[in-house]
Amino acid sequence: MAEKPTPIVRSAVLPPPTVRIGPIRWLKENLFSSGYQALLTLLALAFLYYVLGGVLSWALAQARWAVIPPNLKLLLTGFYPEAELWRIWLGLYLVLGLLGLSAGIWGRLWRDAVVLIGSGLLLLVALLWLVGWGERLALTGLLGTMVGGLGLGWRLRSGQANLKAWKRGLLSLWLLVPAVVVLLLSGVPSLLKSVPTTRWGGLLLTFSLAIVSIVLSFPLGVLLALGRRSSLPVIRWFSIAYIEIIRGVPLVTVLFMAALMLPFFLPSGWRPDHLIRAITAFTLFTAAYIAENVRGGLQAIPYGQIEAARALGLSPLLTTALIVLPQALRAVIPANVGQFISLFKDTSLVVIATPLLDFLRISLDIIKDPVWGGPAREMLLFVAAVYWLFTYFMAHMSRRLEKALGVGER
Amino acid sequence: MAALKSGSWAFWRDVRVVRIAVQLLFLVAVALGLYWLFGNYVQNTKRLSFGFDFLGSAAGFTVSEGLAHERGDPNWKLFLVGVLNSLRVILIGIVLASLLGLIAGVARISHNWLVSRIATVYIETIRNTPLLVQLFFWYSAVYLKLPLVRESITLPGHIFLNNRGLILPEPYFTQGAEVWRWFLLAGIFIGLVAYVARRVHLARRERPGFPFLWGFGAFVGLAVLGYWLAPQRPIAWEVAELKGFNFEGGLHLSPEFAAVLTGLVVYTAAFIAEIVRAGILAVSKGQKEAALALGLTGLQTLQLVVLPQALRVIVPPVTSQYLNLAKNSSLAAAIAYPDLFNVAITIVNKTGREVEMILIIMGSYLSLSLLTSLFMNWYNRRIRLVER
Repeated sequence: MAEKPTPIVRSAVLPPPTVRIGPIRWLKENLFSSGYQALLTLLALAFLYYVLGGVLSWALAQARWAVIPPNLKLLLTGFYPEAELWRIWLGLYLVLGLLGLSAGIWGRLWRDAVVLIGSGLLLLVALLWLVGWGERLALTGLLGTMVGGLGLGWRLRSGQANLKAWKRGLLSLWLLVPAVVVLLLSGVPSLLKSVPTTRWGGLLLTFSLAIVSIVLSFPLGVLLALGRRSSLPVIRWFSIAYIEIIRGVPLVTVLFMAALMLPFFLPSGWRPDHLIRAITAFTLFTAAYIAENVRGGLQAIPYGQIEAARALGLSPLLTTALIVLPQALRAVIPANVGQFISLFKDTSLVVIATPLLDFLRISLDIIKDPVWGGPAREMLLFVAAVYWLFTYFMAHMSRRLEKALGVGER
Repeated sequence: MAALKSGSWAFWRDVRVVRIAVQLLFLVAVALGLYWLFGNYVQNTKRLSFGFDFLGSAAGFTVSEGLAHERGDPNWKLFLVGVLNSLRVILIGIVLASLLGLIAGVARISHNWLVSRIATVYIETIRNTPLLVQLFFWYSAVYLKLPLVRESITLPGHIFLNNRGLILPEPYFTQGAEVWRWFLLAGIFIGLVAYVARRVHLARRERPGFPFLWGFGAFVGLAVLGYWLAPQRPIAWEVAELKGFNFEGGLHLSPEFAAVLTGLVVYTAAFIAEIVRAGILAVSKGQKEAALALGLTGLQTLQLVVLPQALRVIVPPVTSQYLNLAKNSSLAAAIAYPDLFNVAITIVNKTGREVEMILIIMGSYLSLSLLTSLFMNWYNRRIRLVER
């Protein structure tokens, strides 16, 4: 009689035992495991007491933070006309609403961004208690728009809607947004009053510089990367020379050149304003770095892919456009987010070479203004904290993106 | 077959022709573009002369620190002052940033919770804020807020800190140095001999060891002996003294220099720390355990097993950090430290020779970058040899 096969019993997979330790044990293991470690801990404690104690007692007792609220509008938008401020708000609503919608439709990756931005907004609403109810109301509305977008996206995802069409539509919307926002801010002839860029300033200007430059430098960088790997010697050498020269000089020199000398090299009728000169410099500079990132992605494509595409009868142009670039660009997205972060920080260099009133320049001007009595520490700490918030957020998103794209896994 | 010979299809479909045509077209486009730009330049500035003769004419300005110079000196001399000021910041900055970066990187992976937390906060704060903001902070919120000269902070060892900078005792050689010099020369010679002898000895036995320590030890021993035997102390310190409104004597470091140096060091070290951490984590734990199991001591494990492998990962990215530090030193212009860029811009404003000066500035930074990467590539090759 055939024995009945014993069913394979899947042994219950137990999670690794979690060891719960008391606070004393934790202290002993993490801070006082040996005499040397104990000494280190004590030194660190003394350091903390000295530095943190000094900083905290200054920040809570002596610092005159009161300089910030009355200057907040200046710091955020520069001299953007009061009557036109609604355009900035509209731009923010557009971007955050779209973000919420994307988060609802794509899930995981974007939801993180929504949660972070949402809590940031809540914090702002709480902090701006003193600023005025109008701003508070607008901020709350912003939060509502984002959450509303999130809910709508969620409904679409779980409903019967044609999700693919929605995703495609959203992607093209994202591509359109920078242009729309720029038009919104600068004005459209006979529709929106034009606001000259000399009135843009503060964080608004900083963001405009960074976003427009990165968007423009991306295609240029891809072209340079392709040029560097081209089999045509003239194009290859031109790309190599461009990339290496730009990467070998400091950004300030490029910025200085654009700010001071660009008008000399253009016909006498053309006087591009300082914002455009600075964007030119940032674009030309960043493109060289993006080219190197993209080249890394291009090198990671196995040659068999190209050969297979050619064997299928694709022309070199089609091979590049349809086979090589999509794979290469996906692999280098995180590196390019890193590039964007450093560009965002580097926009502060306009202080040295141009008369633009960016976030840092405005805070320096407030420090110099005798009305406020030179609050150098307060202003610079505030500026650093704002920069830190945005870059830390972007770095966090870049790590999430890296994971979601599975770079290095596929 | 004959139909496939060239000439049987239109020439614009021939790959060879197309390749050459594309390149020619590209060259012509670039040349036309440059011609257009330069034509505009000539028309706009109404200037046809291009040359570097202005470098020889008197500059008519002086800068606050650096190589001794005076008002009538030519432009090139002032530029040289700026270059040397830049080099001073870059070289000292690289050394200090490496040290601080090493300490912070090791601290971040320390088993001590508090130490690793402090290092993490330092690294994440510094890396995510712009260097320029930090420079302004060090300059106007730290160094310029130091007490006045009369109320200087006095540190042990005759070091004074005030809002005009840092004043250190300045070392100088005395008569005794003439005797000491011979001991130093002998030390170098005997140290070299000891190093080579130990190295040959170890190589013959095929054993690992530290020949460098032998040579260095011999040198230090002789130097100390000579210092002690010399009839007079070879090195004496000139201490600064408060006379009237300022300190006299001693070594003065301006607040601008101090701010630029602090800013660059603190900023670059945060990036180096991350590289060091990644490098040490890249050496697998098994390697260290195997080395210990083979009977190597802790120091030997670190020197012969962990460091050579970690350095291989660390050196290339650290090289680019050094290059970044060199390029970032141009931000010194923002707080009026007379570096290469700052002086060059002043010369531009005085002479109006933008194109020539921009070429000089870019050339200087390019050669600086090139020299650094040449040196680091040489070092990179050397540590690879050690490893394989």
